[in-house]
Parts: sequence; C-alpha cells; structure tokens
Amino acid sequence: MKTFRYERPADPAAAVTLVAGTPGARYLAGGTNLVDLMKLGVETPELLVDVSRLPFGEVEETDTGGLRIGAAVRGSRLAAHLLVRERYPALSQALLSGASAQLRNAATIGGNLLQRTRCLYFQDVSKPCNKRRPGSGCPAREGAHRDLAVLGASEHCIATNTSDLAVALAALDATVHLTGPAGVRSLPLTDLYRLPGDEPERDTVLRHGELITSVELPPPPHSARSRAPLMVYRKVRDRASYAFALVSVAAVLDVRDAAVHEVRLAFGGLAARPWRAREAEQALQGRPATEEAFVEAVRTELSACRPLRENGYKLALAERLAVAVLADLAGQG
Amino acid sequence: MRLTFRVNGRQQQADDVWEGESLLYVLRERLGLPGSKNACEQGECGSCTVRLDGLLVCSCLVAAGQAQGRDVVTVEGLASQAKKRADGRSGGADGRTGKAGTDLQPLSPIQQAFIDAGAVQCGFCTPGMLVAADELLERNASPTDADIREALSGNLCRCTGYQTILAAVRLAAARGTADTAGTADTAGTGG
Repeated sequence: MKTFRYERPADPAAAVTLVAGTPGARYLAGGTNLVDLMKLGVETPELLVDVSRLPFGEVEETDTGGLRIGAAVRGSRLAAHLLVRERYPALSQALLSGASAQLRNAATIGGNLLQRTRCLYFQDVSKPCNKRRPGSGCPAREGAHRDLAVLGASEHCIATNTSDLAVALAALDATVHLTGPAGVRSLPLTDLYRLPGDEPERDTVLRHGELITSVELPPPPHSARSRAPLMVYRKVRDRASYAFALVSVAAVLDVRDAAVHEVRLAFGGLAARPWRAREAEQALQGRPATEEAFVEAVRTELSACRPLRENGYKLALAERLAVAVLADLAGQG
Repeated sequence: MRLTFRVNGRQQQADDVWEGESLLYVLRERLGLPGSKNACEQGECGSCTVRLDGLLVCSCLVAAGQAQGRDVVTVEGLASQAKKRADGRSGGADGRTGKAGTDLQPLSPIQQAFIDAGAVQCGFCTPGMLVAADELLERNASPTDADIREALSGNLCRCTGYQTILAAVRLAAARGTADTAGTADTAGTGG
C-alpha cells in the first residue's frame, strides 16, 4: 500500500477544507471499500480524511413526514431502524441483502453510495481499465463481462454500480444533500451517478471536496386499503448469501380499482447507476394492473439494452424479476 | 502516529503506527494478540472478526486510525467478557470471580461448546466464528437455526461444512438457557 497521511478533523468545514486543498485526498468513512481498494493498489490517496465521527449519525423524521438519514449512519443500524422497517421496508431489505453483518456494521450510508464497481479489470492493477487508468482500454468488452452492464454503457466502460442501497433509494425518490468548498447543494439520488460516456473515471457528479452529509426520503406512499407501504427490494445473485446482484429490482406499487395509481421501479445490476425505469412507469400509469401490462411496460424499458456475448441473460432475468415483483405487489394491494 | 484504544478491557498504546496498517495488523503484530486471523484481507471471510465498540467488524478493513479511542474485543477477550456478563446477571455475588492478580479465565461458554461439539478442524476460521457466535448469544439467548445461520453468514469455513459449528452454537445456547432458566432476561426469547 502506498504511504498516505491520515487526518481526523473535528468538524465538517475542516474536513472539506482539507480534502478540497489536497488533490489526492479522499474521504474515509467505514473503509470497507476504500481500504480494500487501497490494499489492491486501485486507490492511492495521499491523504485520508476520516469523516466517520462527524455529526452525520442521526436518523430523524422530517417535518413533512419523510426521513433524513445522516451519511455516517451505519448500514446495520439503518436496516434495523423502526421507522425504516415500518415505512420503507424495501430500504431495509436492500441493506440486509447487501453485505454480511461485519460489513454492514462498518459501512456507512454515504460510503455505500460511493462504492466503486466490482468489475474484475477495475480491481486488477495489472490489467488495462479506462475507469482506473483513463485511455488504457477496456478488456471487459471482450473478456469477462457476465456481471456487467447492458444499459447505458459506452465503448470505454461497461462497469455496473453494485450498491443495493442505491437501487432502493432510487425507487424511493431519495434526495442527496452535499456540502463542499462552494457550499451546500442537493441532488435527486438518480442524478448523483453518471453514465460512463467518454469519462468512465467519473462515477458521480461530485466535485472534488464535496461530501455527502445526508440522504432524505419523502413520505412513503401508502395504498388506499392498507397502511403498509407497498414496496419491495428483490435481488437475484449467484448464491443465496452475500454476493453482488446479477439483477435486482426495487418497486413501489399502488393499485386502485384494478388500475395502476402509482408505480416506481428501479433496476440494479444493469448499468453504471441504479436504473430508474421511467419509461415503464409512464407506460403503466393508469393502466390495468395486469401481468400483460407489466410485461409490456418492462419490455419497453429494456428495449434499450445492448447486451454483449455473455450478459444477454440479464434481459430475460430483469424482465421476469420486475414482472414477478409487480405482480406480487399488485396481489397484496 | 500513536494509537491508544482499549483492547479486551485494557488500555493499550502503540507507537509509530503506520497509517496504512489495519486494526488486524496492530492487534496481531504490535499487541501480540494473534487470535484474530488474516485470511482474505477483503472483508469476505470473517476470520479477522472483532467487536469494535460492541459491533462485529472485519478488522482487516479497519484502518488503524479509525480505532483511536475505541473499544475492541478479540477472541482473546471472550472469556473475560463472558464472565463479566455472567457476573452482571448474578450481581457479581456468585463466587465465580477470578483469582486476584490474574486475568486468566476459564474458556467462555461458546469456546467450550465449540470444543465439545467438535466444531474445530483446521481452526483458522474459529476465532472469527467464536466472536460472531458470542455476539449472537449476547443479544439472543435462544436463537433459531435461521438466526444462527444469519449471524454466522459473514464467516466462512472451508473444513467443517458448518454442521458442527451450528451444533456448537445450539449447545452453548441450550447450556446458557438452562443456566439461567426461569430468570427474567431469558423468558420469552425465541428468536
């Protein structure tokens, strides 16, 4: 591992100043991804600024009945939080499916959102990778890409985002609050992530020195008949215990008088960002909540897929998974 | 940098710690506590599992500086931790207090159960398994098999096929429940 400096500033402003003033500086929270990547030589920061003890550790209700989640809240705590389990069960399901207890206990919400891709070539410094070393090439297109993107990829990069949490938050219309050298700003979570285009080294729109301080959720949607929020996160993976998603789906569905009153759908495992399926949502709005309608809408969304030699299975898998999840939710409503 | 933190109830200090060292390295190489094992180094296998401020973590992924001022329990501290819990339950007046001047404790119930159930083969995963199983039994005195599987799902074993490990946790739970049968803190627990 390359030598680096380590600082633990007392307040957020000092942390921002430290990182903003050092080009090779990185924020450190739980460390479960960053420390691992440093051991592999993928990340080589000259300065680590530890933000895990800054005052971003609260989960609180907002005035509007939503939820504000501090960026330093640990995944295990959020998954077990009563308000999350009652009102946003898909969020709890996503966190619990994401990692072992040891990792959930250490990894923070902010860090989870900023985890890097698990593309094999990105993690292997002996191989070219446009995300790790811009311009060096992308062996994944011809090589091992079974797990990689079928939507929104570019000729330079086909990496996927592997956060389960981000997929659930995308479907829940989460907002991300940031602080940085130029002050504070907020973004819809879905706008935090970039598609690779010709700058695959940039996973997000964050500027150097910007720090996620919290994630905010609007009040959960409720069905007309039930107090329980009609939402679910379902993940398909190679083995039942901790593995990254081949495909995952987060869905919110409210059916009234046999028609779709409200629907939100997001996919994981398909792209460099959690894929909010807006076309499918629009196609379903006001339509009868039938399996045929679900199939048609999901196919519309997935028609943009451009699979490679070994990841074409993701289309069928994503379609069946989304239709099954929507049909289950429609049945419960 | 200088690192000061509590390990197994004792204040510890390590000087000239390099920022890139993991908590696991500090424990093993600087404090002489080789119980926590170094296997995958990526947070997948759980053999380096310790408690950090009470929570299970992979110490291989905790940068040394992150442990500053925190409280760590390793497999070496399980026996005294278990004794402290037992004393707490019984108000410390049960005559099980250790001899003055020594911190040598008998094995913790979960360690004894691993031996009795034959849950150890090569032993490399065992310290992490013990710390995780102990944490489970601390919060859930009567875990179901599903609870045990979930609690140990971050710990990989390549020898046993897990069956004897599950048996050991069941054994420790059964002994613990029998030990405190009828007391308020175990009544009504059932996973």
